[in-house]
Amino acid sequence: MRSARKLRLGVLLLAVAVALVILGPLLWTLPHDAMDLGARNAPASLAHPLGTDQLGRDLAARLFAGGRVSLAVALVAALVGTGLGLAIGLAAGMSRRLDGPLMRLTDIFLSLPLLPLLLIAATLFRAPLASALGAEVGVFTLITLSIGATSWMSTARILRADVRSVMQRDFIAAAQLVGIRPARMVVFHILPNIASTLSVSAALAAASAILMESALSFLGLGFPPDLPSWGRLIFEGTPHLGTYPGRSLWPGAMIAITATGVTSLGDTLRAKAIGN
Amino acid sequence: MLARLIAAAMSLCLPATTFATNAPTARATDGMLRLYYWQAPTTLNPYLSGGIKDIEAASLILEPLARLDPEGAMIPWLAREIPTLENGGVAADMRSITWRLKEGLTWSDGSPVTSGDVKFTLTYCMTAGSGCAQQAKFRDVMAVDTADALTAVLHFATPKPYPYGPFVGPQTPLIQAAQFSECLGPSAASCTAANFAPIGTGPFRAVEFRPGDTARFDVNPAYRTPDAPAFGSVLLKGGGSAETAGRAVLETGEFDYAWNLQLSPTVLDAMAAKGKGQVVTGFSTLVERLALNLREPAPRGSSTSGPAPIPHPAMADIEVRRALSMSLDRAAMTQIGYGRAGRVTCNIVPGPPAYASRANDGCAAQDIEGAQEVLTNAGWTDDNGDGVRARAGRELRFIFQTSTNAVRQDFQMLAKEWWRQIGIKTELRNIDASVFFSTDPGNPDTLQRFDAHIQMYASASDGTDPEAYLSGWACGNIPTVRNGWQGRNVGGWCDPAYDALLEELSATAAPEDRAALARTLNDMLVQNYVVVPLVDRGRVSAHANTLEGVRMNAWDSELWNIADWRRAQS
Repeated sequence: MRSARKLRLGVLLLAVAVALVILGPLLWTLPHDAMDLGARNAPASLAHPLGTDQLGRDLAARLFAGGRVSLAVALVAALVGTGLGLAIGLAAGMSRRLDGPLMRLTDIFLSLPLLPLLLIAATLFRAPLASALGAEVGVFTLITLSIGATSWMSTARILRADVRSVMQRDFIAAAQLVGIRPARMVVFHILPNIASTLSVSAALAAASAILMESALSFLGLGFPPDLPSWGRLIFEGTPHLGTYPGRSLWPGAMIAITATGVTSLGDTLRAKAIGN
Repeated sequence: MLARLIAAAMSLCLPATTFATNAPTARATDGMLRLYYWQAPTTLNPYLSGGIKDIEAASLILEPLARLDPEGAMIPWLAREIPTLENGGVAADMRSITWRLKEGLTWSDGSPVTSGDVKFTLTYCMTAGSGCAQQAKFRDVMAVDTADALTAVLHFATPKPYPYGPFVGPQTPLIQAAQFSECLGPSAASCTAANFAPIGTGPFRAVEFRPGDTARFDVNPAYRTPDAPAFGSVLLKGGGSAETAGRAVLETGEFDYAWNLQLSPTVLDAMAAKGKGQVVTGFSTLVERLALNLREPAPRGSSTSGPAPIPHPAMADIEVRRALSMSLDRAAMTQIGYGRAGRVTCNIVPGPPAYASRANDGCAAQDIEGAQEVLTNAGWTDDNGDGVRARAGRELRFIFQTSTNAVRQDFQMLAKEWWRQIGIKTELRNIDASVFFSTDPGNPDTLQRFDAHIQMYASASDGTDPEAYLSGWACGNIPTVRNGWQGRNVGGWCDPAYDALLEELSATAAPEDRAALARTLNDMLVQNYVVVPLVDRGRVSAHANTLEGVRMNAWDSELWNIADWRRAQS
């Protein structure tokens, strides 16, 4: 019962965030980059429900536009990161021969300082990607791929441990005895047993991807300054916390809602899996 | 002895003050002056630090031969007068300058100031291994002659039409030969006692100095003006942030003076509205500007010894550059980004007043329609209706880069919007400041490499004479692969006529002629739209309402006239 309520809460929060981001711009059609220099730093009003920023841009419109960017980054980066982690965790957990090398590789990635690595990646690949895919798609690909490629390690470690313990179980021995192929075994016997861990790490990865993107944007390696994301909105609003707290509190609340929603969703899934 | 000296000084000055209306009644009667420097000084020897905080703290004690006033004009300080060609102080061949000290000057320990101290100060800085931060100021000085106890003649290796580098301004004050004679060369940094309490000629002397924290000063009993300073002691507190410093003066009134309040205009205005103090601004030559790249950026990954750069088809058209400049509303930018810490400028040399050209003042007004017309007349039209003008298949699409900084990103957004209105599409890029302003020739994202079409940054002339600054746009100063990306002419503009005028400037000594030449050079840069000046950025500080006599000075130390500061009579 408790987990059911938690599930409902998670789904509800996530649905609110996604609905705001997807439906918001349809209802609130003001463009996010329209400047009104006559209405700078305006308080909340009918014309601007959340007020305006220092350049007279509508905060609500920026919140919706920023959400699209942040959620897309979170989704893709979490998929990339969790996918990589899953593949490596499965391989290391199922094969004794691959276990050592793969876990040492994980150690190496864990010991690398991530931000400098991302800086190098941005310097090396930004221009080629931008010329191949266009400026915005290029940056999006770069950011999601690099966040994904540097956030798979904890997923891989946890899943490896889970897979190993599952591999000790009798039904695996039975399945091996019957001669089931590894791919089938993964899909029908291992994945259902590690689904909970997987969903939790995916949820956490999504939440941390949002924050990582904001850190990159802050350093000037993320999206160009005219493309808002929740992280960028927070950073832009921080100096004005004393005078205009809404500027960073609203995007902060949206990140909190999304992260809470995703995490409690993952939590419930895990609880359900254990229950089964 | 000391008390008697003070008493004598006070009795001397009493009759004089009855005539002055606003002057302090006597020395050391106004108690303690509390200064808040949120960057704490780490030494009181300006020769061992390039930091403004250290130079300003030292300026309470150490004084140069001449200072710059808030207008940027030179005024004699320890010298009797400013040496010039007319009064014979500067030799006709411009290879020497003769400084004559005021008579009767004494150090705070009572010993006389002599030309030997001038000579020693130079020796101190130029001795190998001293780590002197001000060596550039003395570079061409070959020798110092001390004709008599009060006359020092500086000889230069080359003719110097502007010989006022050494001993002018707070970076190069006199230090006492007797105190620092053991501190030459490598032992300079280890002379802690002398570096933390130099003996000087200024209105105060050091009592206690804790590096990175607090400094205490009391009155110099041997100060040359008998009725000054009005304050008996000075507490200079360091640490915290610009915000805490502003609060301490403007909101709580705990301190009398807060230095360098780099705060967003809204935050500063909110503090000033509390009514406890006043914000003061001083302007020198720091100009926020756009540089326009006249060359086609080399494609990424091209060979390092590639062909000579080719002109950019759009940027090389002066009408495009003119339109970019015309469509900017500099007043709005200044108001949004800097508030009272900035003012609109149309010149790359905004001061001193004699050097500031008046020929470009029209730039201050935004003219979107005019910019559209300029582009249309030059053949740049939007034929395919995508909102971007083009000529002969080349669209007006530019990459605009700058460092990561909240104000600069706002400026980028504003410019992008205005340029969109005149049919120019801009892609914005911001780069971490430590990369953008680095001089690493291997990094393509630096100011010198300029791998974009437009970039924004700030730069200033060192001191009042703009010769060195203006020579940054000479043909030989273009950063290229061949010179390892060194040089300040980042846009790649080259005009032999400009170089010829620079040559003329380097051989002209009369101040009026120098100013006229500098204005012409400035006009060439601005009217060719090599650079687009935006905002003249000032220095902002604040003082309590109870403090009088502050004259904010961005050319010299902000504390340059601290001997005249006094407590307001309530």
